[in-house]
Amino acid sequence: MLNDFLILMKAELVITIILFILLFLKLGNKEWQNESLLNIINILLLLNLASGFFFAKSGTLFGDMFQTNELIRFEKNMLNLGTFIISLQSYDWLKNHKHVPEFYMLLLSTLLGMFFMISSNNILMFYLALELSTIPLAALSNFDLDKRRSSEAAFKMIISSAFSSGLLLFGISLLYGTTGTLNFPEIAQHLNGSPLQIFSFILLISGFGFKISAVPFHLWTGDVYEGSPVAVTSYLSVISKGAILFVFVSVLYKVFQSLSTAWYNILFLLSIATMVIGNLFALRQQNMKRFLAFSSIAQVGFILIGITGQSAEGSASVIYFVLVYIFSNLGAFGIVSLVSAVTGKENMSDYKGFYKTNPLLSWVFAISLFSLAGIPPTAGFFGKFFLLLAGAGKGNYLLITIAALNMVVSLYYYLNLIKVMFMDENEKPVEKINVNKLPKIAIIICVAGILITGLASGAYNYIYSLVK
Amino acid sequence: MNLSLLVILPLFIALLLLPFKQLKQVRAIALCGALLQFILCLILLILFWKERANDNTAIMLFENNYTWYAPLHINYHTGVDGISVSMILLTSFVVLAGVLVSWNMQKFSKEFFFLLLFLSAGAYGFFISLDLFTLFFFLELAVIPKFLLIGIWGSGKKEYSAMKLALMLMGGSALVFVGLAGLYFNTDINGQHSFDLMQIMQLKIPTGVQNLFFPFAFIGFGVFTALFPFHTWVPDGHSSAPTAASMFLAGISMKLGGYGCLRVATFLMPDAAHHYSTLIIILACIAILYGAFATMMQTDLKYINAYSSISHCGFVLLGIGMLTKTAITGAVMQMVSHGLMTALFFAAIGMIYDRTHTRQVAQLGGLLKVMPFISAVFVIAGLCSLGLPGFSGFVAEMTVFVGSWENAGRFYHIATIVACASIVVTAVYILRATGQVIMGPVARSEYNLLRDASWNEKLAASLLIIGIVAIGIAPFWLNDLLSPATDIIIQKLASIIK
Repeated sequence: MLNDFLILMKAELVITIILFILLFLKLGNKEWQNESLLNIINILLLLNLASGFFFAKSGTLFGDMFQTNELIRFEKNMLNLGTFIISLQSYDWLKNHKHVPEFYMLLLSTLLGMFFMISSNNILMFYLALELSTIPLAALSNFDLDKRRSSEAAFKMIISSAFSSGLLLFGISLLYGTTGTLNFPEIAQHLNGSPLQIFSFILLISGFGFKISAVPFHLWTGDVYEGSPVAVTSYLSVISKGAILFVFVSVLYKVFQSLSTAWYNILFLLSIATMVIGNLFALRQQNMKRFLAFSSIAQVGFILIGITGQSAEGSASVIYFVLVYIFSNLGAFGIVSLVSAVTGKENMSDYKGFYKTNPLLSWVFAISLFSLAGIPPTAGFFGKFFLLLAGAGKGNYLLITIAALNMVVSLYYYLNLIKVMFMDENEKPVEKINVNKLPKIAIIICVAGILITGLASGAYNYIYSLVK
Repeated sequence: MNLSLLVILPLFIALLLLPFKQLKQVRAIALCGALLQFILCLILLILFWKERANDNTAIMLFENNYTWYAPLHINYHTGVDGISVSMILLTSFVVLAGVLVSWNMQKFSKEFFFLLLFLSAGAYGFFISLDLFTLFFFLELAVIPKFLLIGIWGSGKKEYSAMKLALMLMGGSALVFVGLAGLYFNTDINGQHSFDLMQIMQLKIPTGVQNLFFPFAFIGFGVFTALFPFHTWVPDGHSSAPTAASMFLAGISMKLGGYGCLRVATFLMPDAAHHYSTLIIILACIAILYGAFATMMQTDLKYINAYSSISHCGFVLLGIGMLTKTAITGAVMQMVSHGLMTALFFAAIGMIYDRTHTRQVAQLGGLLKVMPFISAVFVIAGLCSLGLPGFSGFVAEMTVFVGSWENAGRFYHIATIVACASIVVTAVYILRATGQVIMGPVARSEYNLLRDASWNEKLAASLLIIGIVAIGIAPFWLNDLLSPATDIIIQKLASIIK
C-alpha cells in the first residue's frame, strides 16, 4: 500500500520534497548567493524531470479519485520539461531578484496543482487541484514587486480566475445534481443529454474557456500577460494552458463523449471566434509580451479545431501540439526574456536591427516564430497540420478552410516581427547580449526540440499509441 | 539511385557553409555544392534513360518508400517520371546559374547562399515527392527562404513585396492543404486513408468530391504559377528580388505551381479537371493576354520580364486545361523552357543593373557597343521569349497550340487563336525593349566605362543558353522523356471522357 502510494504519486511527492528543501534553504541561517541558489534549484528541477522517467506504474489511489497511467506520466514529464526550461531562461531576471526561493515555491506549488489536476479522476478533486494551481499563479504575476503593472496583472488574474471558478463550481454542482456522482467514469454513465446537463456542461466549458483564454473569455489575457514578469507570462501561456488542455481533452473525450454533438458545435464556434479575434488583435500589438499573448490566443483556436476531431487523432494531435508549443513558444519567450532582463526593452520597435548585433539569437527567434506560424521544417508545421487534419476528420471542411486561411493571417504578424529584426534599419539596436550558461542550455533545448520533434516521427507516434 | 540525395546534398552543403565567414570561402563551397547537384541531376538523367532503354515501363522509377507517420499513413515516398526529371534538370540549371550570378554578393553572403541552397532542396524535394504530405511539406519549405531573400537582399519596396509574396503563396498553400485533406479523407485503402499519390491514382474518387476539392488544389497551386486573378505577387516579387532570387522565383518556384496543378489536381481528379477545363482555359487566356498587354506598359526591365512571365505561365495553364496529350506535353515543355529563358533574362537584367544601376528602359541604350556579351544574352533571352524558332520557347508554345487545336470545338479554337495572338504583343514589347536598351547610341557617356560580363556571368549565361538551344534545336529528347508520363495522365483522363 505504501509502496503504491509512493510510486503512483511519485511526481507529486518529488515536487513536495523540493518545496520543503526550498523552505529549509530559505529558513536556514546561511545567506545564499543568488547564483548558487539558482544553480542548486536548477539541478533539483533537472532531477525532478529525470525522476519522471523511472518507476513507471499505473493505477488509482484514494478511492479512485487519483489516477495515473502512461499518458498522464508523459504529460507530467512534458510539464516538468517546460518548467525546467522556463527556470533556466529566467536566470538573468532572478539573478538580481530578492526573493528567489519564494518564486520557486510558488512556481512549484502551481505545478503541483497541475499534476493533481491531470491525475484527477473526480470532478471535485479536479476543482481543488485547479485552485491549487491558480492562486499561486496570481501571486507569481505580482512578482515584479516594484512595478504597478505587475500588481495590476495579479489583481486582474485573481478576479477573473475567481469568476471562472465560480462558473465551474456552478456547473459542477448542477452536474452533481443531475447525475448524482462526482467520479468521472460514473458521470459518463449517467449523462443523458437533459437540458440541465447541457446547461451545466456549457458552464463547465466557459470555465475551461477562461483558463485557456478562448474567445469570448480571453479579455484578461492581454493585460495579465503584459503586466507579469516574462517568466510568469511564458509559464502562463505554455505550462498552465497545456495542463488545462490535457484535462480538457480527456474530460471531453472520456466523460462527455455522449454529449459530443453539443460540444462539437460549441467548439466549432469557439475555435473560429478564437482564431479570428486572436489574430486580429495580434496584428496591432507593439509590446512583445502582449503580442505573444494574442498570438497564443490564436493558437488556442487551432488547438480547439484538433479537439473537434475524432478521439484518437484529435487528442493525439492536441497533446503533440502542446509538446511542440512548449518548445516553440518558450524559444520565443526565451529571447524576449533575455532582452527584457538585460536591457529592459519589451517593445517590438526595440528589436529593429536585432540581426545586426545578435545574429544567432535572431535566428533562434526566427525559428521559434516559424514554428509558431507552422512553417516547415519546424515542428510547428507538423503540429498544425495534424490539428487541422484531425479537425477535417469529421468532414468539416469549412472549419479547416477558415483555419488554413487564418494561418496566413497569423503568418503576417510573425513575418512582420522577422522583418523588424532582419530588415529594418536602426541606429541604436539592442547591444550584443552575452548569454549565460543556463539560458543557453534552455535555448539549445528549445531549438533542438523544434527541429527534431517534427522531422522525427517518434514523438507523435508515441503519443498516438498512448491515447489509442 | 536514391533520390533523397537531391534533398540531402543541398542541405548538407548549406550546413557546411555555417562555420565560414569570408565571402571567398562561402562562395567556393556554394559553387561546389551547386556543381555537385548539377552533376547529380545529369547522372539522374542518364540513369533514367538507361532504365527506360532497358524497357523499364514502371510509372515511377527509383522509387523509395519509408514510413514516416505510421498512425496517419504518411510516408516519405519518392520517385520520378519524365515530368519530374525534366523539372529536376531545370532546377539544377537554374541553381548553378543562380550561384554563379551571385558571385559578388557582399551583404550577408553566408546567409544568402544558405537560403539559396535551402530553397533548392525544397524544390528538389517537391519534384521527387510521391506522397502528398511530403509534397506539401516541400512546397511550404520553399516559401519562407524567398521571403528572406527578397526582404533582406532585395531592392525597391522590398519589404512590401516580400510580405505580399509570402502571404499570397502561403494563402495558395492553405488552399492546397484543404484540397489535399479532402483527397485524404475520401480515399479508402483497406479501410485506411492515404496520402500516397500512387495509391490515390488507382482509386476512383467520387465525382462530387472531385468537383468540390479540385478548385482548392488547382487554385492553390495556381497562385504559385500566377493564375489570374492571383498573379499580383509576381510583378512585385520578381522586381524587388535580388537577381538570383528572381531567377529562382520565376525559373523554379512558379513551376512548383504548374507541376502541382498537373500532378496533383489534374492527375488525381480527372473528372473535375474535365468539368472545370473551360474555366481554366478562360482564366489562362486572360492571363496570357493581360500579361502581354500589361508588359507593353512597363518601363522597368524587371517588371517587363515579370509581367511577361504571367503571360508565359498562362501557356502552361492553357496546356493543362486543354487536356490533350500534345497540349500537356507542351505545358511541361513550356515550364522547362520558361524556367530557363526567364532565368536567363533575369540574369541579363541583373548584370545590366549591377553596372548601370538602373533598370529603366528609357535611361539605357546602346549597350551592345559597351558590353557585347551581356547584350547578346539579353537578345537571346528576348528572342526565346517571343518564340523564335531554334529556341525552346518556340517548341513549347507551338506544342501547346497544336495540342489545343486538337480539341474539336469552336471554343477551343477561339482560345487557341487568342493565345496565339498574344505572340504578336510579345514581339512588340520584346523588340521595343531590345531596341531601346541594346541598339542605338550609348545613352550616357559614363556607360562607356562599363565592363562586359565576368567569367562567372559568362558561365551562368552560357549554361542557360545551352539548355535553351538544346531544347530548341532537338526537342525530341525532351518529348521522349515526357511521353510515357503524359501517356499515363491521358489514360486516366480518357477513361473519364468516354
